[in-house]
Amino acid sequence: MNKVKDFLGKNTALVGLIVLILIITVIDINFIQISNLSNVLRQVSINGLIALGMTFVILTGGIDLSVGSIFALTGAVLTKMLLSGVDPVIAIILTLILGALLGLVNGVLISYGKLQAFIATLGTMTLYRGITRVFMDGRPITGFKSDLVNEIGRGYFLGIPIPTIILIIAIIIVAFILKKTIFGKEVYAVGGNETAARFSAININRVKMKVYTISGFLTTIASIILASRLNSTQPNAGMGYELDAIAAVVLGGTSLAGGRGRVFGTVVGILIIGFLNNGLNILGVTSFYQDVVKGVVILLAVLIDRKK
Amino acid sequence: MKVLMKNINKSFYGVPVLKNVNFELDSGEVHALVGENGAGKSTLMKILTGIESKNSGEIYIDGKEINVKNVIEGMKLNIAFLHQELNALPNMTIWENMFLGRYIKNKMGFLDVDQMKKIASSKLKEVGLDIDVDSLMGDIPIGLQQLIEIASALLWNKKTIILDEPTSALTAREIKILFDTINSLKKEGVSFIYITHRLEEIFTICDRVTVLRDGEIIGTRKIKDVIIEDIIKMMVGYEMTERYPKTDHKPGAVVLEINDLSKSGYYQNINFNLHQGEVLGFSGLMGSGRTEIMQTIFGIIHPDSGEIKVAGKSVKIKSPIDAKKYGIGYITENRKEEGIVLDFSVVDNMVLPNLKEVLNKVKMVDHKLEKELTKKYIDKLDIKTGDINNKIKTLSGGNQQKVVVGKWLATSPMILILDEPTRGVDVGAKYEIYEIINELKKSKVAIIMISSELPEVMGMSDRIAVMHEGKLKSILSKKDFNQEKIMTLSTGGK
Repeated sequence: MNKVKDFLGKNTALVGLIVLILIITVIDINFIQISNLSNVLRQVSINGLIALGMTFVILTGGIDLSVGSIFALTGAVLTKMLLSGVDPVIAIILTLILGALLGLVNGVLISYGKLQAFIATLGTMTLYRGITRVFMDGRPITGFKSDLVNEIGRGYFLGIPIPTIILIIAIIIVAFILKKTIFGKEVYAVGGNETAARFSAININRVKMKVYTISGFLTTIASIILASRLNSTQPNAGMGYELDAIAAVVLGGTSLAGGRGRVFGTVVGILIIGFLNNGLNILGVTSFYQDVVKGVVILLAVLIDRKK
Repeated sequence: MKVLMKNINKSFYGVPVLKNVNFELDSGEVHALVGENGAGKSTLMKILTGIESKNSGEIYIDGKEINVKNVIEGMKLNIAFLHQELNALPNMTIWENMFLGRYIKNKMGFLDVDQMKKIASSKLKEVGLDIDVDSLMGDIPIGLQQLIEIASALLWNKKTIILDEPTSALTAREIKILFDTINSLKKEGVSFIYITHRLEEIFTICDRVTVLRDGEIIGTRKIKDVIIEDIIKMMVGYEMTERYPKTDHKPGAVVLEINDLSKSGYYQNINFNLHQGEVLGFSGLMGSGRTEIMQTIFGIIHPDSGEIKVAGKSVKIKSPIDAKKYGIGYITENRKEEGIVLDFSVVDNMVLPNLKEVLNKVKMVDHKLEKELTKKYIDKLDIKTGDINNKIKTLSGGNQQKVVVGKWLATSPMILILDEPTRGVDVGAKYEIYEIINELKKSKVAIIMISSELPEVMGMSDRIAVMHEGKLKSILSKKDFNQEKIMTLSTGGK
């Protein structure tokens, strides 16, 4: 019994998630239906992938505000390529490379340019969004034809939505990297005490470049999923996504100061936000009030975490 | 102000940390409080100032019993506690720091800046500082910041000042100013409780000494009745015949050559050699460029000109990563900032520069290998830790330091640089670190040891390099070791 208590004490976010699911279920039993749950799991895959990348960044003590703009720009480039008849596989590979490079730019600015992460990514957030609008001439790009690409966002495998499968695989890989590789240990060390890490012969700059590249890369996977679902990309796609991702990471108990946190926490954070959005929709709460509720939940969660 | 603490008891989670402690401070007295880390010195002082509450016992100030329940009440007592790590706000001016939280207002209710500046500057003069009160605190050397804190204590009419390791970051000159100030304030009836690990200092500045061991008072003695060995014996509980273990090992071939190394603003035209199995001591005042030379060898600072040769080959060391590759390890003087990750466990700290050594066949970090490596050095260095998965911040300073030594030993260094290796480490652990250094000598590691403690650097080194204002004044061999000579050289004399 004590063990259970101990576990729950350390995982307040998980307790919060369970309570949340129970409350919504009691109010409306439809919530717990398989079709709805599977729907939620597909919806969270986009924020989930971005939040996983954000977890790396925040663990090093950084922040990535540019993910929403990377999301839009990569989506735009992908749809444009598909419309111009580029082979879907090649288009996807090129898009992923582009996303990683956009992230790498952040990494270079922050490591070699010695800019603060907040400033650097605030700059690229605006820059990438601007490029997106120029590139799209301010209009959505729609109507590409590719069954393969559409399958990524809409398909099912063994009854599970493909975006969900992608997210689960990403979670496993990320957890493994953080726990079992040198790079993972270095990420925590840089966030825990950057100077001590440097004095321990760790290549700080390389670690930073890698985390922002990963953030860009995972964001691009999310972007491909949405483009494939909607069969189009909007110039304003991904606006505010950085905040949802940061919220998920913080809800999961990862410290914004860096050095402390787990992938498991982020996963719980992603689910809390996902179920909250879905639950409020089911209960017919209007979108204005949804934001109010979300804001309160985030603040409460962080406050409870502080108290410990 | 007279302070009397009677039969003080205190336990944390059922573990007694203070047992029937009696402590007495006379007015105008400088009273040294010594003991190994964990002996209970800080707890006793925290109880006196209301930061911690006592379980039982009485405290009398000038004959009147007082009962401090919390920090706020403690602040009303005329006792100032100057902590080891200073709490100054670097981006605010000196006078703002001195009046922090207790600003003087004029009739209109606005800040009376002129008045505050005037008072601040007159109080600073009392401690011998003629300094512009509009300077930013962060621009002031750490030694002077200490004096400024003393001045603010006087400003608030504090009659008793607790100094916790006040000289650990001071230069010899700053120490002299500090001691002069203490002596003159003493005459005005201000009392000091002086906590230190540098036992030599006690004999220059203190009137009495009280020794704590394992939460008990071992005794209080007049300074003129004791010698340093007596105090050490009281602290550790057994006779320590030699403060510096002897070794008859002879140095071998040259492994490191520094030729004409210069970095403008830090050091100029530095030349020296380092041999296998040798301890080359570096003496000099803080800011004389010692640390900067070492950080250059370790790749943190990049030199303007000159050459570094490792094992006969000229090398460029651009980062600690390069340094490690050439077999150079560096144990920094700022343990908490540069040596360890406080929130990491003992294991995670130990493996940090050795992650490549704990990979399994498929190149993944293997927890079993991590544990093995950590255990090996815990045994070798006799590090006292409970669970190795505990955070390193739960260890005593001496044991934290041994973890830092361990993590670099695990890299099998050819050259090991120790920057103030025993700072903030208690006597027992100091001796163990000295033994480790001698062990390393035997296994042919070349060692550079920076130390501001003259007895230590003379006791441990084969040769001593003395620095003054960025210049290497002289390298003395063992037969020429002489405290006076080193002091003279390091203050610019011939």
